Order: sequence, then structure tokens, then C-alpha cells
Amino acid sequence: MIAEPATDPLQLTGDGQLRNFLSIEGLPRSVLEQILDNAASFVDVGDRAIKKVPLLRGKTVVNLFFEASTRTRTTFELAAKRLSADVLNIDIARSATSKGESLMDMLRNLEAMASDMFVVRHADSGAPHYIARHATPEVAIINAGDGRHAHPTQAMLDMYTIRHYKGGFAGLKVAIIGDILHSRVARSQIHALNILGAEEVRVIGPRTLLPADIERLGVSVYHDLSQGLRDVDVVIALRLQKERMDSALLPSESEFFRLYGLNNERLRHAHPEAIIMHPGPINRGVEIASEVADGKRSVILHQVTFGIAVRMAVMSMCMSGRETEQRGRGGDHATAR
Amino acid sequence: MQPRADLLIRKARVIDPASGRDEVADLLLEGGRLVRIGASLDAPGAELVDADGLWLLPGLVDTCVRLPEPGNHRTGSLHSETRAAAAGGITHLCATPDTDPVVDSTAVVRLIRERAMRAGFARVLPMAALTQGLAGQQLAELATLRDAGCIAVSNAGHRVQDALILKRSLEYAATFDLPVVFRPQDAALSSGGCAHEGPVATRLGLPGIPAVAETVDLARALLLVEATGVRAHFHQLSCAASVGLLRHAKAQGLNVTADVSIHHLLLDESAIEGFNSLCHISPPLRSRADRDALMQGVIDGTVDAISSQHIPLGGSAKLAPFPSTRPGISGLDTLLSLVLELVQRDQLPLRRALDAITAAPARCLGVSAGRLEEGRLASLCLLDPAATRLPGEDWLSAGRNSPWLDTELPGTVRLTVCEGKVTWLSD
Repeated sequence: MIAEPATDPLQLTGDGQLRNFLSIEGLPRSVLEQILDNAASFVDVGDRAIKKVPLLRGKTVVNLFFEASTRTRTTFELAAKRLSADVLNIDIARSATSKGESLMDMLRNLEAMASDMFVVRHADSGAPHYIARHATPEVAIINAGDGRHAHPTQAMLDMYTIRHYKGGFAGLKVAIIGDILHSRVARSQIHALNILGAEEVRVIGPRTLLPADIERLGVSVYHDLSQGLRDVDVVIALRLQKERMDSALLPSESEFFRLYGLNNERLRHAHPEAIIMHPGPINRGVEIASEVADGKRSVILHQVTFGIAVRMAVMSMCMSGRETEQRGRGGDHATAR
Repeated sequence: MQPRADLLIRKARVIDPASGRDEVADLLLEGGRLVRIGASLDAPGAELVDADGLWLLPGLVDTCVRLPEPGNHRTGSLHSETRAAAAGGITHLCATPDTDPVVDSTAVVRLIRERAMRAGFARVLPMAALTQGLAGQQLAELATLRDAGCIAVSNAGHRVQDALILKRSLEYAATFDLPVVFRPQDAALSSGGCAHEGPVATRLGLPGIPAVAETVDLARALLLVEATGVRAHFHQLSCAASVGLLRHAKAQGLNVTADVSIHHLLLDESAIEGFNSLCHISPPLRSRADRDALMQGVIDGTVDAISSQHIPLGGSAKLAPFPSTRPGISGLDTLLSLVLELVQRDQLPLRRALDAITAAPARCLGVSAGRLEEGRLASLCLLDPAATRLPGEDWLSAGRNSPWLDTELPGTVRLTVCEGKVTWLSD
């Protein structure tokens, strides 16, 4: 294994609190567990008559989505609103960046509007890191998916779901199936599962969909679905994008489904109590059969519900980390600007 | 350039890899010509330079430099970049033809040579485009371009896709004994990539460029070089397999040479950790094993030369998320110091290291430079090897795209003389 980078000061304050949430990698187990514990306290907010808590009251959260994603943007928006924040959605396709304004100029303008948090989705790997490095320290950055790199809140809601149904991570065997090459979700899940102490993480797919040296991330590699599923406790199917077929990565959807599609027959190899997960949106009949997606072992819709609580946890922790840091510097948030 | 004055350089450690000379001696320059190297020289009236403790080297020859002129909104000028070269002890630099417009007409060659001459800091050796507009379709007027002053021909980073057109281009170049310079990289295999296809790119989720993108193109080129008998030089090798292919080709007697960038010898893929776009270069920084193989190739001479692979970029070129930044490092300012760094780390023997930036690159390109010869116009540099520098304070290239800025590096150039004229004199 190559050496893991040291704890990223971009992500943690001097006293180990979350200041930005850019990647699972480099975070200590305690922070991940704290996210899960905090999320647990937010899960029932959605069931209340008034679905709000005041933790981010008076704060401004900007959803900076450089790449379209209605589902993720909506869950972040809902999470921020349940924390009582004001939410601004920037439609990047119509924004000044398309008129030649640079990303840096746009950030400066948003900062000048006294934003407190940027939720960033970008097609380039590393974009949230870049923004975190260049933004004013008063603004917290949350990665809502960057290129093929990371989707840490999705991974944490998956961890929440696994912990909810399996009680913990010790002794767990988890299989991730499909397009690992392009999946930011898979990378973040792999880091999270390894940090949280899962016994084994397997990736399953044809070689065209597995990145070089993937085993160096701490996974076992399988090309045969039945073998890969043997005795696993958690099965995560990834979305297969149809354009993959056009770039000679796969011959056809039907062959992919025949070899790697999840159906009840295949699932017999997994542990009888195995749960089925998918980050969505699902392609029925491509990576997963309807009988599995809608079956009793599927927890796919619960993932969505837990996702809001996990995002609330991350947002409140980043804001809290920032404020502690600001106080430590001897200024309050308002005067620091 | 300053006027030619008689110059007596005293008690320098004269290291000239081409002749094997490594001794403390005096050098006398008269009218810009190196008239004598010897002990206790006397020259009444000559300007004296006390070089006790300093190294006197042939002027450096750089095989791979992208100059900003002519160009549309490119960073810097021939003036700024050749001045940076002079401050780094470089006297001769070979410029790639991928300018704007490309070097496929005598007018462009004349423009480059005239501007370089006017600037007066270094001898610019232009390469001509192998095909018109680097489009890979129609041969450029190679003989005319050679007569205008081009020393080699190349399609730079633009691959000639059609093997028949490439074969004919090589045959035509061979007719005039023009060296062809290749920059091997298969366009399809490298398409969309921005980092070495390996564990670091996988972890960072960066689209990869596999080593085979280089070797598949290198292998094709070597077969066509063998078939046509052309002289060939390969730029910017980046992986172990390329060194192996080249070693085999040389063993077969092919007339081929190669260079590697100093950055590929000092850094590996781990340099891009944290999405460090200053280390975003093309070809990408590869694995530790590749780096070690390149180093071994330089040591045993399979890889002839070390280049700066200089690409000066503007301030905004690196201000973006990693995949959207432009690849390239501004390398002229640091070439000599970084080579010394390799020597100080005992990774490269001194004489071979200096050969790789003086005589060897001159040999590769068939130019008369990179050595100290009595009777010829002098091109040399005087280096203080014990001094250190902090690139940044003394940075001269208009491109500040370097991972070495503000890093303490060994060696300071005190004096550079290019073809008899003082082109750099430090304070």
C-alpha cells in the first residue's frame, strides 16, 4: 500500500473538528462516527410537525452545482432548510461562469455576499479542494460530488444505512458492483468502510470498469459476480451510465446485466440477511432487477431518508468547527469579514 | 549582449564532459573566442574573473523548450524566456515548432531568429514542423526550413496519425539528413487523461494516461525509423518501458537518441497529491519504478539528455481544479540547480549529469555546442556550486508555474557567455 496522506488540514481544525467536508480519506474514525451519531439525532426531525431545528439560523448556504443533479441538490437544500439556514441555489449553467467569469471571481462575489457555506458539485475531481484552498476561511465547503474523486456525504449516508441495519462494521463483508472506474461514490465508500473497520470490501466488475491499482485502496477484486457475492452482508449496486456503452467499455446493457446485474438468483450467493443498496437513480434491468430493487432486502429508499439527516449532521458539524475556530482566533464570525 | 571583452577566468574548476576535462585551470577569452585553457595564464588588459571555488562548464544546451513567440496571448516573450535561460547557464535552446502560427514557413523561422538575436541572451535553435500546420496531412517544406535555420523537424505533441504519411515524412527528412524529433503519445490512449494511470490517480479520481499511451507510439516510431533510416530523437520519455524500447533500438544500431525532463527524474506520481496542479505536466509524472528506470537510463546513457521541458504559463493556467489546469512547468530557471540536486543526492554521477545538459543534447541535435573548444567562440557558464538559491526572488521566466518556487536549491550561476558574449552576470 502506498502511504496514506497525513490528516488534511483543509478538512479538520487544529483541535480535530470538521471544518470542510471534502473527502472521507484522511479523516479519523472518530469524526466519521461522530457524523453517524449526530445524524441519528436528526433522523426524527423529518417526522415532526415543524421539521426544523435552529442550528444554522441566520446562516447562508449556497448550493454551487456546476453539474446538474436534482436529487443531491434537493437533499442538501432540504437539509439546510431543516437546520433553518437560508439557501441560495446557483444555476451555474446560466450563471456568469458561462459568460467567461472565472471560478475564482465567482467565489469572491459569493463570499462578498456573506455566504457561510458552499455545497459544491463539480465535474472535475479536486474542485472542492481547489475552492477550499482559495475561499476565505470563514466559508465552509462541503463536497457534493467531484468528478470521479469523492462523494463523501453519499458514502456517509450509506454508512449510516449499513450501521442502522447491521449494527456496526466489524466482521462485515461488503460488495460494490459495477462501474467503479467512474464512481466517486465507490471511492468514498471504500475509504469509509476501511476506516470504520469493515472486514472486507470487494469490488466486482469487468476490467474495463475497474481503475488501475484499485486493490491499493484496500479492496479485493472480483470479475465474477457469483464469487464476489459469496457470503457478503451488504451489496451495493452502482448506477451504470448508458454512455459507457458508446466508449467501448461494455458491449451492451444486456451482456452487462447477464454478467453483473443483480437478480434474486445471483443474490442466493450472498448472506441470507444481506441488504441491497444503490446510490440511485437506478436503471432497472441494467444493474439491478426490479425484483431486487423493490424486494424486501432492498433499503434503497431508506438511504434517501437517512441522507437528509447525514447532510444535516455534516453541515452542522462544519459550521460548529468553523465557529470554534473563529472564536479561537479571537474574533467572531461577523467581524472576521 | 554585452560587447566582447577579453576575459581571463582564473582558477575555475573546469569540467567539460565532452573532452573528459576536470581540472582547476584558467581560461582566456579574446574577442569572445576561447583561446586557451591552461595553468597560470597571463593576459594584460583582460578583465579578470576570480573563479576560485567556482565550476566552469560548457554553456548548457536544452533540447526541449516551448517559447511563447510567435503566439496569441502567450505568457512572456522570447526576450523574457531567453533571459531566464541565460541566468540559468543555458546558452543554446531548441524550440518546439508548436507556436502560433506554427513553424512551417521561413517567415516564422526568420521572426524567431531575429527576435532571439535582438534579445541577445541565448542562441535559439528552432525546430520546424514536420507537417504543415502540424496537421499530419501534408509535408512541410523541410529543406527550405532547414536552409532558413531549423536544426530539426518535429510534429511536437501532434501525432501524425496516418502511418503512411509519417513514413513518407521520415523518408523525406532522411533525404536531407534532418533529425526528426518525436514526442511519443498515442492520442486515443491519452484522451481525456491528466495523470498517470496508477494508484494515485485512482485514489484522486483523476482520469488516467497509461504508460502504454507512450510506448505504443514509441514502438511505431522506432519501427518506421528503422525502415526509413532517419535520424531520430525522442522527447520527454516518461516510463520504464520506453527506456527498455530505446535500449533495444540502440542495441540494434538504430540512429536514435532521447531526452527526459528533469521533472520526471525528480518527481513521481505522488507529487500530484492534494491535486497539486503545479505538477500537472504532460506526459504525466509516473510511478517511482518508472522514475528509477529513467534515472538508470540516464546513468547508462540510454537516455542521452536531460531537458527543462520548459512551458511558461500565465497566472490563470493553474488556477482551476486539477483536470482543468494546463499542463506544464516553467523549467529554464531551475534546470541546472535541479540537475545539481540529483548529483548532491548521489543519484547521478557529476560528469554524466553535466554531459546530459551540455554535450549530449548538442550531439542529439547535431549542433556544435555544449563543449569547450579552443579557437571557437566561447559558450560557457560559471557556477557557484556551494551557493544555494531560493527560486522566486530571482525568477526571470514570465511563467511562474513551477513546483520549485520558494524551495531552496543548490547552485547559482555567476556568469554566462554565449558565443563570445556575456549574457548573464550576477550581482
